[in-house]
Amino acid sequence: MIRERNLNALVLILLFTVPIWAFFNDQPFTITLATRAVIFALAAVGLNICLGLGGLVSFGHAVFFGIGGYAMGILAHHAQTYTPLMEAPFLIEGTKSMPVIWLVAMITSAFAALFIGMLSLRTAGVYFIMITLAFGQMLYFFSISWTSYGGEDGLSIYVRNEFPGINTLVPVNFFIICFVILCLVVALNAFIKKSPFGLALNSARQVPQRVLTVGLNPTHLKLVAFVISGVITGLAGALFADLNRFVSPTMFSWQTSGEIMIFIILGGVARLCGPIIGAVTFVMLEHFLGGISDFWHIYLGILLLVIVLFAPGGLVGLITGRGISHD
Amino acid sequence: MTDPILATHNLHKSFAALKATDDVSINLYPGEIHAIIGPNGAGKSTLISQICGELKPNSGRIELLGQDVTLANTLARAKAGIGRTFQISALAMEDTVLQNVMLGAIGACGSPWRFFKPILSDTRLRNIAIEALVRVGLQSQMSTLTSELSHGQRRQLEVAVALTLKPKAFIMDEPMAGLGAEGSKVLTKFLDNLRGEAPILLVEHDMNAVFALADRISVLVYGKIIETGTVATIRSSKAVREAYLGDGE
Repeated sequence: MIRERNLNALVLILLFTVPIWAFFNDQPFTITLATRAVIFALAAVGLNICLGLGGLVSFGHAVFFGIGGYAMGILAHHAQTYTPLMEAPFLIEGTKSMPVIWLVAMITSAFAALFIGMLSLRTAGVYFIMITLAFGQMLYFFSISWTSYGGEDGLSIYVRNEFPGINTLVPVNFFIICFVILCLVVALNAFIKKSPFGLALNSARQVPQRVLTVGLNPTHLKLVAFVISGVITGLAGALFADLNRFVSPTMFSWQTSGEIMIFIILGGVARLCGPIIGAVTFVMLEHFLGGISDFWHIYLGILLLVIVLFAPGGLVGLITGRGISHD
Repeated sequence: MTDPILATHNLHKSFAALKATDDVSINLYPGEIHAIIGPNGAGKSTLISQICGELKPNSGRIELLGQDVTLANTLARAKAGIGRTFQISALAMEDTVLQNVMLGAIGACGSPWRFFKPILSDTRLRNIAIEALVRVGLQSQMSTLTSELSHGQRRQLEVAVALTLKPKAFIMDEPMAGLGAEGSKVLTKFLDNLRGEAPILLVEHDMNAVFALADRISVLVYGKIIETGTVATIRSSKAVREAYLGDGE
């Protein structure tokens, strides 16, 4: 059995070395796959903060993924067509700058999460799942009907956005940008887990009435976790759109929400690197089994069943031999 | 006489036709243990819920340190100084003993909005937590998972979490429940010393503990206080004997 800390290090090292190997061996497609896995992992690390620590089963995280995607799509679309986003009351132009796009994606996601969280957290359990799903579907159909930004067809961006000092058109460079962000967010997650906020949030998940009686508001704790979570998933959405140079309503769909949740369940709920292992497994299955059959989701379903029934701690729990995360 | 720390004035609470709390006025004075006893279904839990803010009374007032808190919610009352222990331990079972007490320490310090400093290296929180654990005698179990504690130890942990808050009044809902004779004796001794720190409103079924500890006892039957007095008064009260203690006891 491997200790979880060592496993986390191993996963990150492998995730970094494979694309670097691919770069020197001229395998750009492997780099793209790894980047896809890293971005999915980032989205799932985001969801894991509210699902793992806060016990909030959000079935609407596609909202933030999609908002991030459309933040990138809309800004870059205006930049490439040389049309301003709006002229009155003040001029806002599109941009091809990644940092600006990320900032917009994160701030928009934060407000969306605050609004959705305030309404959804009045409920719990199945109702929470349903209300977050409802928000996801609302935005999905809204994006389909929003024809000025492509409607059902989505938006294509011809050239990947720019990052100061780095040529993002080189696949491995874009991979490294995404990987560094993932590492930073995993570190943030590790800090949060051990912080006073993390402890209070973890207690709010287990015994909300206790948290109340020590004079802390469990709903506020969960709301803040939901916002942090949404911001991270939003950032992942912006990167995902940039990877594909394309954004469409699919990013808002409930399948997307489900997939983000599947990464976590495959890897291990509340585990630091659970979402990463889950996302990597998903992308590998998608690639290798997808090559065999269009219906590869059958195998994903079987794997998911086996994990849920026999290894509730996910793959991380299976490898480390510990069913629940303690630290 | 000094002012009470906690007082209820003519509390009424009905569920449909059932009067769960019927004109209850009780006081908790500094330095005392005030026990509330009564048969099952007498409305003890309903009363505790109203005092802690989980239920709103239909009429009547609740005062804490002279302030009317009748409309304040659980959170506000906890902040105002009500320290509660639960009948069924409300502890984070997946966490260690220290983490559970740390939660109380975070509450005592007032702010959970710190995201980066590892909690275990925060000496201020740690000291508050460890002091409380030492007082209940659980310091050697600090890193044990709460789910692995014995029932008695969980009861001690419940009290430790309440201690971290330095409350103005303790509300204890059957702290002795499920403890063996030995555990009950230890906790009785502990509560005996605790009353100097803050008065205790004690709901308890263990009559030995109640008679050993209580400065005053109120007897609740069908939502009504039928008698309040010292141990001797209650023991000799005819009404209480008929309604509650029965002939045998």
